Amino acid sequence: MSPALPEGEPVPPDGSLPAWVAGSGPSSPDGTSGPTARRGFGVYLHVPFCSVRCGYCDFNTYTASELGGGASRASYATTALREVDLAVRVLRDAGLPERPVSTVFVGGGTPTLLPAGDLVRLLGGVRDAWGLAPDAEVTTEANPDSVTPASLTELADAGFTRVSFGMQSAVPHVLATLERTHDPRRVPDVVRWARDAGLQVSLDLIYGTPGESLDDWRASLEAALATGVDHVSAYALVVEPGTRMAAQVRRGELALPSEDDQATKYELADELLTAAGLTWYEVSNWARTDDDRCRHNLAYWRGDDWWGIGPGAHSYVAAPGALAPSAGGAPAASPAGPGVVTDDTGASAGDAGVGVRWWNVKHPRRYAALLEAGTSPAAGRELLTRDQGRLEQAMLGVRLHEGLDLAVLSPAGRRAVAGLVANGLLDGRAAVAGRAVLTLRGRLLADTVVREITDE
Amino acid sequence: MSPIPSAQPSTRIQPAATPPELIRNFCIIAHIDHGKSTLADRMLQLTGVVEPRAMRAQYLDRMDIERERGITIKSQAVRMPWAVDVDGAETPHALNMIDTPGHVDFTYEVSRSLAACEGAVLLVDAAQGIEAQTLANLYLAMENELEIIPVLNKIDLPAAQPEKYAEELANLVGGDPDDVLKVSGKTGAGVEALLDRIVERVPAPVGDPDAPARAMIFDSVYDTYRGVVTYVRVVDGNLNPRERIVMMSTRATHELLEIGVISPEPIVTKGLGVGEVGYLITGVKDVRQSKVGDTVTNAAKPADEALGGYSDPKPMVFSGLYPIDGTDYPVLRDALDKLKLNDAALNYEPETSVALGFGFRVGFLGLLHLEIVRERLEREFDLDLISTAPNVVYDVTLEDGTVVKVTNPSEFPGGKIKQVSEPVVRATILAPSEFVGTVMGLCNDRRGQMLGMDYLSEDRVELRFTLPLAEIVFDFFDQLKSRTRGYASLDYEPSGDQVADLVKVDILLQGEQVDAFSAIVHKDKAYDYGVMMTAKLKEIIPRQQFEVPIQAAVGARVIARETVRAMRKDVLAKCYGGDISRKRKLLEKQKEGKKRMKNIGSVEVPKDAFIAALSSDAAGGKDAKDKSKK
Repeated sequence: MSPALPEGEPVPPDGSLPAWVAGSGPSSPDGTSGPTARRGFGVYLHVPFCSVRCGYCDFNTYTASELGGGASRASYATTALREVDLAVRVLRDAGLPERPVSTVFVGGGTPTLLPAGDLVRLLGGVRDAWGLAPDAEVTTEANPDSVTPASLTELADAGFTRVSFGMQSAVPHVLATLERTHDPRRVPDVVRWARDAGLQVSLDLIYGTPGESLDDWRASLEAALATGVDHVSAYALVVEPGTRMAAQVRRGELALPSEDDQATKYELADELLTAAGLTWYEVSNWARTDDDRCRHNLAYWRGDDWWGIGPGAHSYVAAPGALAPSAGGAPAASPAGPGVVTDDTGASAGDAGVGVRWWNVKHPRRYAALLEAGTSPAAGRELLTRDQGRLEQAMLGVRLHEGLDLAVLSPAGRRAVAGLVANGLLDGRAAVAGRAVLTLRGRLLADTVVREITDE
Repeated sequence: MSPIPSAQPSTRIQPAATPPELIRNFCIIAHIDHGKSTLADRMLQLTGVVEPRAMRAQYLDRMDIERERGITIKSQAVRMPWAVDVDGAETPHALNMIDTPGHVDFTYEVSRSLAACEGAVLLVDAAQGIEAQTLANLYLAMENELEIIPVLNKIDLPAAQPEKYAEELANLVGGDPDDVLKVSGKTGAGVEALLDRIVERVPAPVGDPDAPARAMIFDSVYDTYRGVVTYVRVVDGNLNPRERIVMMSTRATHELLEIGVISPEPIVTKGLGVGEVGYLITGVKDVRQSKVGDTVTNAAKPADEALGGYSDPKPMVFSGLYPIDGTDYPVLRDALDKLKLNDAALNYEPETSVALGFGFRVGFLGLLHLEIVRERLEREFDLDLISTAPNVVYDVTLEDGTVVKVTNPSEFPGGKIKQVSEPVVRATILAPSEFVGTVMGLCNDRRGQMLGMDYLSEDRVELRFTLPLAEIVFDFFDQLKSRTRGYASLDYEPSGDQVADLVKVDILLQGEQVDAFSAIVHKDKAYDYGVMMTAKLKEIIPRQQFEVPIQAAVGARVIARETVRAMRKDVLAKCYGGDISRKRKLLEKQKEGKKRMKNIGSVEVPKDAFIAALSSDAAGGKDAKDKSKK
């Protein structure tokens, strides 16, 4: 969760959603709209606490255990569960069908800084509210320092299925620059403990840290692979404004990561991970098999519904079938079926949009206070127009190995595909088969690709 | 000596009925900021033509730009009464103060203003001494045989050195340093004495009242409500309301709808007689129909011969002006059409640039003129403009003897060229003597030839050079100022043409010529230009999906090359739930930005990049700005 919240319109105090998210018209003949077409529903739980704040981190997290005003680590689970209750009410009042939760992701911050019992209680709250699908994926992020075999077992017993460790690097001087305090030698152990507990495991890595050589990066990749892990996320370091690292760069104490260096390291990551049997399924994510992929994150990229619980968390609910490709690849028809007329701007007539996204207030104390008062903790929201929805669909969909259905693109966007294939950014074979799939080079230039295929 | 004449004697100086011996026509020659407008304000007050409560600073500078930048663009003539004691009797005089433009670009207008006067007040800042520009105008005044009244202004300033500069002035114009008047436009000290001195020293105008009318136009201004207002000085005969007049250069006939004097607001009169200065309104809408320097005569009884000294304004410096937003092109066209009504020297033609889209190639009298026009376009018409680096006019003679006039480097002919000639100027530079070597070095670098050097005083030197005008429009003034710590001043005037070894350097992006960056330079400097421009563009052009070579070439020969390497990464590594809105907004912004991209071949270049490359380069424009602030 980045620190700066987007600009948006106010959210009603009760958190209610616009009526059209439930689908205002009757189901369309092709069955892609209407309440029955609802896709998966995911829940994100944000834990805004860390024991120390890393210099590069701009996430919404706090190191103090006591933030005042009833916002403390100890009371956090109780507060967050209030939002779960609110969510149940809001979704029901919006006329959305009750759906069991298909994925849960606990992120932070450092979720494992909360006692395992609290995480279990949070998951219990979600289960009580909506029920968990039988094959639900339940992930928590964890710091290699803050887990034990016992705590991991406790999580697994409570229904967690997956753990994602913030390994970042295996090289001490790189970890030091990142101000990560964990001992890299501990990583193989925690991976083993987690697997022994029956959890799927992912490791997060960061490349392009100032001072990291290509060999350092290779060592980190090899160390990660040596644990036998089935899932790796590798992220280029971004020096976000407002972080301690940004100040260090500004003062000339650290060199800004170079784009070329990061590109080279990405290529190395793809090479080594692929050689080890992990294939990319999203720009920054590699998994051994389809079952090892993170379904919760896939839901973001595929435009499913998700509710984010916690300070600064974002949520999204789409209008049913709004952005489905229409038959024959012609420009898609009215998003909400008959009776709703679209205007030139791409927004549906009236207030109808293709989806609504909102975000909670950032500070845990204010978050707690709002919920205490029975009010929605949302700070703002945006009602996505059709154009915005299309842009997001392209921007997110193209990041995936499965790619993007070319039928959802505008004619100009489809015309741009040939040039991108010629320049080696899109896969030609996939394009012929009707999908936009990035090549290795294209993955690094995904923004360029998105700009071109969303041409109007 | 005495201020406003009382009512009775005032009847002796009514317009159209003032004997020439009671008229004094004078101008003030001064450098910018030496206080001309403030002095004029005091004169307006002392002579009673502006009541104290109607007074505002720099009363005569009408345009906002003039007042803000402290410079006078358009001259005006103000008629002021002033009585002096002649043989024991209070004798009223009509003083016409002709406010001359004080800028290098407007030498022709200055010369016409001077031609309307018999005397000139040489006004010099007592803390700064004379500047090159003032010197140039002083020479012009002396050539016109004007009576010079040297005056030091700002004597109230703590830094004033009246003795030192009085000496300098006396050396220049002859006479005794004690004769140099010392005034303060700010406090008014010495201004009455100056008015007395003007009446005493400036000769009365001489003309034949019975001859056919001849009046010289020294200014013409477009007014939205009145059409063109023409300022004239009557030399012979007289002009009267409702009669038909003829412009002698064009033979165009107009009816005199209104005639009057400015004092300092327009006052309709029964006419204008010999030696008088006033305005005419004929209902024409374009200043081109009322040209500065032209002679006005009576249609019924025309003069045989026009007054001398008329010439058509000749643009010396050209630049492409383009709207940053392409849809503003029609606005720019209308704006230029409007400015043209008031600016006889402005001319322009539509032009298309690969890099910049639709715009105009505009001819200017000089750099300041360019800057003023551009500023007026931006301010009065709310336009965002980019101007290409200013260039001069070249005459290119082909092998077959055909001569091509080149006002835009990209039109420089290819193929066999016999010779190229370029305009040269005579430049006068005043600088403290410690900088003589520096100035000579700079002028030498710029292909200058030294004509001579004189010490104005112990520590101030006047250096004279011929220089190609092209060298001056490119960054010269900035260099001169920075190398002399701001002390040098510059003036120049056209001085013919010279044949030179000039070539066109083209800049190519991935083999496609970028017209806006083509430049005509001396052969010895082609390489430097090529290296400088390719390096600059390399910094500015964003990396593309593919490698982009940037080349500088003379004809087919590449003289410099840089490469913008292909972009390798632009993807944001993380894009989860909380990142989506932010990321989408970023993309929306980028897509918006893409609309401001220009395609040169398949290379996408932000228009801003061209602007950045051009503006850091359009040193000419900056020159003029600095100069006017000086």
